[in-house]
Amino acid sequence: MISQLFILSSKGDRLVYRNFRGDGGDDVTDAFYRAVTSLPGDQAPVFMAREGQHFVHVRHGGLYVGATTTADTSPFVLVEFLNRLVTLLREHCGTLSEKSVSVNVALVQELLGEMVDFGYVQTTATEVLRSATHGEPETTKAFSLLDLRSVGLFGAETQQSRVAPGSVTNRPVLPPRGEQGGRREVFVDVVERLTVVIAANGTPLKVDVQGEIRLKSFVPGACELRMGLTEELSVGTEEQCGYGRLPLAAVAFHSSVDLEEFEQERVLRVTPGPGEVTLMRYQLAEDVAVPLPFRLLPSVEWEPAGRLRIHLKLRCDLPPKNHAINVVLQLPLPREASSLAQELSSPEQTAELQGGGRSLRWAIPRCQGGAQLGAVFRVQLPPTPPLGLGPAALTFELPALTVSGLRLRWLRLSAPPGAPPGPPQRWVRHLTHSDSYVVRL
Amino acid sequence: MPYLGGEEALRDLRRALSNPHVQAEPLRYRAAVLRVIRLMTQGADVSGLFAEMVKAGAAADVVQKKLVQLYVCAHAPRMPRLALLAVNTLRRDCADPSPAVRGLALRGLCDLRMPGMQEYVQQPLLSGLRDRASYVRRIAVLGCAKVHRLQGDAEVDGALVNELYSLLRDQDPIVVVNCLRALEEILKKEGGVVINKPIAHHLLNRMADLDQWGQSEVLAFLLRYRPRSEEELFNILSLLDGYLKSSSPSVVMAATKLFLVLAREYPHVQADVLVRVKGPLLAACTSESRELCFTALCHVRQILSSLPGHFSSHYKKFFCSYSEPHYIKCQKMEVLCELVNDENVQQVLEELKGYCTDISVELAQGAISAIGSIARTYTEQCVGILTELLGLQQEHITSAVVQAFRDLVWLCPQCTDAVCQALPGCEDIIQDSEGKQALIWLLGAHGEKVPNAPYVLEDFVENVKTEVFPAVKMELLTALVRLFLSRPAECQDMLGRLLYHCIEEEKDMSVRDRGLFYYRLLQSGVDEVKRVLCSPKSDPSLGLLEDQTEQPVNTWASEFNTLAPIYGKARWALVTAHQPGEPCYAFSPCTDSGNRGTGSLISEGSKEVLKVHPDTGSLTLIPDVVLTAEQFEKTWLSLDISCQQSLPWVGTVHPDTIQTALHVVHIQTIAMSKAGVQPWKAYFTAQDDSGCLFLTELLLEAEDSGMQVAVKQSEAKPEALQAFMSVFRTAVGAVAGLRS
Repeated sequence: MISQLFILSSKGDRLVYRNFRGDGGDDVTDAFYRAVTSLPGDQAPVFMAREGQHFVHVRHGGLYVGATTTADTSPFVLVEFLNRLVTLLREHCGTLSEKSVSVNVALVQELLGEMVDFGYVQTTATEVLRSATHGEPETTKAFSLLDLRSVGLFGAETQQSRVAPGSVTNRPVLPPRGEQGGRREVFVDVVERLTVVIAANGTPLKVDVQGEIRLKSFVPGACELRMGLTEELSVGTEEQCGYGRLPLAAVAFHSSVDLEEFEQERVLRVTPGPGEVTLMRYQLAEDVAVPLPFRLLPSVEWEPAGRLRIHLKLRCDLPPKNHAINVVLQLPLPREASSLAQELSSPEQTAELQGGGRSLRWAIPRCQGGAQLGAVFRVQLPPTPPLGLGPAALTFELPALTVSGLRLRWLRLSAPPGAPPGPPQRWVRHLTHSDSYVVRL
Repeated sequence: MPYLGGEEALRDLRRALSNPHVQAEPLRYRAAVLRVIRLMTQGADVSGLFAEMVKAGAAADVVQKKLVQLYVCAHAPRMPRLALLAVNTLRRDCADPSPAVRGLALRGLCDLRMPGMQEYVQQPLLSGLRDRASYVRRIAVLGCAKVHRLQGDAEVDGALVNELYSLLRDQDPIVVVNCLRALEEILKKEGGVVINKPIAHHLLNRMADLDQWGQSEVLAFLLRYRPRSEEELFNILSLLDGYLKSSSPSVVMAATKLFLVLAREYPHVQADVLVRVKGPLLAACTSESRELCFTALCHVRQILSSLPGHFSSHYKKFFCSYSEPHYIKCQKMEVLCELVNDENVQQVLEELKGYCTDISVELAQGAISAIGSIARTYTEQCVGILTELLGLQQEHITSAVVQAFRDLVWLCPQCTDAVCQALPGCEDIIQDSEGKQALIWLLGAHGEKVPNAPYVLEDFVENVKTEVFPAVKMELLTALVRLFLSRPAECQDMLGRLLYHCIEEEKDMSVRDRGLFYYRLLQSGVDEVKRVLCSPKSDPSLGLLEDQTEQPVNTWASEFNTLAPIYGKARWALVTAHQPGEPCYAFSPCTDSGNRGTGSLISEGSKEVLKVHPDTGSLTLIPDVVLTAEQFEKTWLSLDISCQQSLPWVGTVHPDTIQTALHVVHIQTIAMSKAGVQPWKAYFTAQDDSGCLFLTELLLEAEDSGMQVAVKQSEAKPEALQAFMSVFRTAVGAVAGLRS
C-alpha cells in the first residue's frame, strides 16, 4: 500500500506529489530529502524508516521517485512498481528528467490518478492507461540541426539513415492524437551485461553474462511480431549441450510471449501494444568459455623517490570488424598522487587523476578489434612502498555485438487489419556493455 | 517562499481564471488551472483560489476536471464549506453517460476527506457498485473503503459488506482485488477479510486473469487461509507452482512466502521451494535496478540465516562490481561472510582482500571486518591476510585490522600469538579513537607476549596530555594496570605518572574517577588487584551467542517479503517499537574492558542479554508485571505444561546472577531456593504485550545433571512460546557461559 507518492529533483524540489490516503503531513518530501541527504556514504539505502513512516525510493535520471508505505507491504512490489512507473513516465514523456516531468505535470498527475487509487495499484499497462488519459505529452527537445543528419541528401539513402541513432527511442511511444501516421517503428534490442573478474595471471575468475531482449514499439494498435533466435540455443539442463551450443542457465519470458514454437525452432511470437516490454531475460551458463573482449598487460616499476612507472598494454580481442567505444580504465593508486606524466598512443585518448589523486582514469573513445594500445604513466607518490595498486576496472560498450553470440536471426511483422499500407520500420540492435570488468594486478 | 505564491501571482491567476475570454478557450483555461497545480506542488498556498477552481471543474475538458479534483481533494479538509460547492458538480457528473466521467466524479467525491460527506456519497456509491462499466465498479469498491475510513469508528454496514463479498465474483479481475482490499480495510477491527474455502478456491482460479500487482496481493491474502486437509494443501501448492516461475520478482516472492507459510509442517517442501526460488532471487540480485538488487540481497541474507550453505555454490554472484553503490557492496560482503565454506573460502577471501584497498574508507574497513568475522572459522588464513594488510601502513586499514584482531582474540584465543607478533609498529600509524583503544586493549591484555608493549604504552602515557579522546585514556589506564601485574618492573614508573596525571590534571570526570578507582584498588594490595582484573582473556562462548545459527525457516516465514528482512532484525525491532531514538545495544566485547572484573560479571551478562532481546522479534515482554506468590501458585496449578526443556548447566547456582540476568529481559522472579541447596528450584513469571502469561520453573536436581525448565502459558500461542523460550535460554545460557 502506498500512502504518498512523490518525485523530487536532485536538489529536493517537489515536482510531483500525491497524497493517496490523506494521512501523514504534507511535509514528508522535506523529511525524505533530509533523510536521504544526511545519510553517510555516497548513496542512500532504498528503504528508510523515519518517525513511524517507511520511505522507499528509486533513483533515475537524477530524480528521486519515492513513496511512503506501511511495514507489511512487499518490498519487491514497491520497488518493481516504482521502476515500472519510471518506465511509463519515459514512455509518455520521452525522457525522464527534471525538465520533462515538470513540463508534463498534468499528464503525470493524470497517469498517477489512473495507476493508483487509495494507495492500491490499479493498472500499469500502457494501453489501458492510454485509453484512460487524455493529456498530450509535450516533448522538451528543442529543434536541433544535428537531427537533420538522418534526412537523406536529396532523397538519397545515406549510410546514416540506415543506422538508427541511439536517441531515436527517446520520444513518447504514442503519437499525438489525430495524427494517425507518426513514425511507425519497432525496435528490438538484444542487450547484454558483462561482469568479469580476471586474476592477476590473466585467467578469468568470474564471467557472468546477463542478457535481455527488449522491445519498444511505436506502432499504434496490435501487430503480430515473430522473431527467430540463434538456433544453437539450449536452455537449462537440456541434454544437447554439445560443442557449439549456446547454453543458457536461466531464462524468464514476459507473460505475453507465445512460446509455442520456441522449443523446436527458437521462435518467439508476441503481439505487443505500443510501449516498452522486456520479452526475455537470460543468463549464460557459468561454465561457458566466453571470448573476453579485453586483455590488460600491466607492468609496474617502482622508482626511488616515490615515482611509480606504470606501463599498461590493452589488447582488444574482438573480431577485426567490431569495435568498442567509450572505453574507460580506472586504476586506483596506493596513495594520493601529486602529479601525472603520460605517454599515450593517440591524441584522442586522455588520462587524468581523479578523486584527489587516488585513482587514474584513462579514456579511449574508440578501439578497433585486434588493436593493441599502449600507455606509460609516471605518477608521483609519497615515498612508501607501492602496495595496493589496482585492481583496474574497465567500462566500455560493444555495439553490434553480443558476447554470448545470441542474435536475432530474423524479425517479421504482420500488420493488423486496417493499418496504413507499408510495413512499419523494424530496427534490430545488438549491444554489450560492461557492468563490471575488473582486472587484478 | 514569497516568490512562489506571492499575492501578485495569486491575483494574476484569479484574474485569468475568472476571465470569460480565457474560459471560452479550453486550452488557455486548462493552462491557467495547470499553473495553479504547479504552484500547489511546489508548496505554495493557493487556497485562496478555491471558488474559481471549483468553477473550473465544471468545464467539459476531462484533463481539466482531473486537475481541479486534485486541487479540491487537497484543500477540502481545510475548507469544508466551500468544498460543498464542488459536491454538486461531482454528483451531477456521476450520472454522466461516459463511464470515464462517471468514474472520475465518483473517485473525486470519495476522495473529499471531510466530515459529513456520507449523505452525499451514499447514493452515487451504491449505484456505482452496480454500474455496467467495470471502471466505475473498481472505483466504487475502493470508494466504500474510503468512506468507511472517513467515518472513523462507525459501525460496519452489514449490507455493504455482503455486497462487497458478492462482488468478489465480479468478472473484472481488478474489481475482485479491490474488493479484497476494501473488505480488508472495512473489517480491520474484526481481523480483516475472511478467506474461507470457496473464496480461496475462487481466488486461485482467478489468479491467471490478474496482472502482477493483483497476483502478488491475492497471494498475500491467501496467506491467512488454512487448508483443511493435506490433500487440499498439496492441490493448492501445485496450482500455485507456476507463479514461482513468474517473470515478476514480486509475484515469485509472494508465491514463495505462501509456500513457506502453507507448508510450515513440511520442512522438505519448504527446502524444495527455497531451492527453486534460488534462480529468480539470484537474477534479482544481479538485476540492473540497484534498488531491486538491494531488496533481493536482504532476502538472500534472510534465507542464509536458516540455510547457511544455500547459496555457497553461487558465491561468485555476490562479488562486488566496480560501479555498484555502497549499500549494495556492504550487503554483498555480509552475504559472502555467511556463505563461506571449505571449498570457496580461498576465493572469497581473495576477493575480500581486493576490497580492503578500495579508495572508499568505509568499504575498505567493512571488508576488513568481514575478513575478521570469517576468521572465527578460518582463523589461520584470515590472520595471515590481515597481517599482510598491516604492511600497507595506511591509517584507516591498520586501525580496522587492529580492531578486527581485538575481537578475534577474544573469540579465538588460539590466534593470540600470531596477533601479538603482528602488533609492533602499528602505534605510529593509528590515529583514530577506536583503533587506539583496540591497540591499547590488546597490549594490556596480552602484553606479556609483546616484548615492547611497555614502551609502546609509555609513548601513549607521554602524550596523554594531548590525547583528545577520553575513551582512549580510560583504556590506557586499564591496560597499564593490567600490564603492571604481569611486568611490574617496566611499568611501575609510568603507571605512577599516568595515575598522577589522571587524578591531578585530568579534566574529564570519568577518566579522573577511573584513575582514583585504580589508585585505591592498588592500595589494597596486589592480590586484590589480580582478583579484580585478571578475568579470562577470551570467551569463545560469546561467539555462539552472537550468531545463533540456523534458526528454523518458520521463525521468519511470516516476515518474508515484508520490510522486516530489509531492515535486519535489530533495527526492525527498534522501528516497530516506534522508538527511533533508542540506542542500539550493540555489544562489542572489549570496548569497556575496564570493568571486566569478577565483580562485574553480572553487568556484562546483562548487556549480552539485552542485545539478544531485540532479536526476539514478535515477542515483547512487559517490565514490572505484578503477580503475587499466591496468584502465581493458583495459576501455575491451573495450567498444563506447554514446554519442557533441559539446559546445559555445570556446578552450583548463583541465584542473584540468574535473577539479575532474567530481570534484564523482563522475566520476574517469584521465588527461588538458596544457593547450594539440592534440589535447587526457582519460579519466574513474565507477560507479553498481549497479556499472555509465561510461568516458568527451573529445577536443578544435582550438579552436572542439567537445568530442567518447565514453562506454562496462559494462552496457547506457540510462536510467542518459542520466542519466550529463546529469550529464556539465551539469558540462562549467558549466565552459564560466564560462569564456566
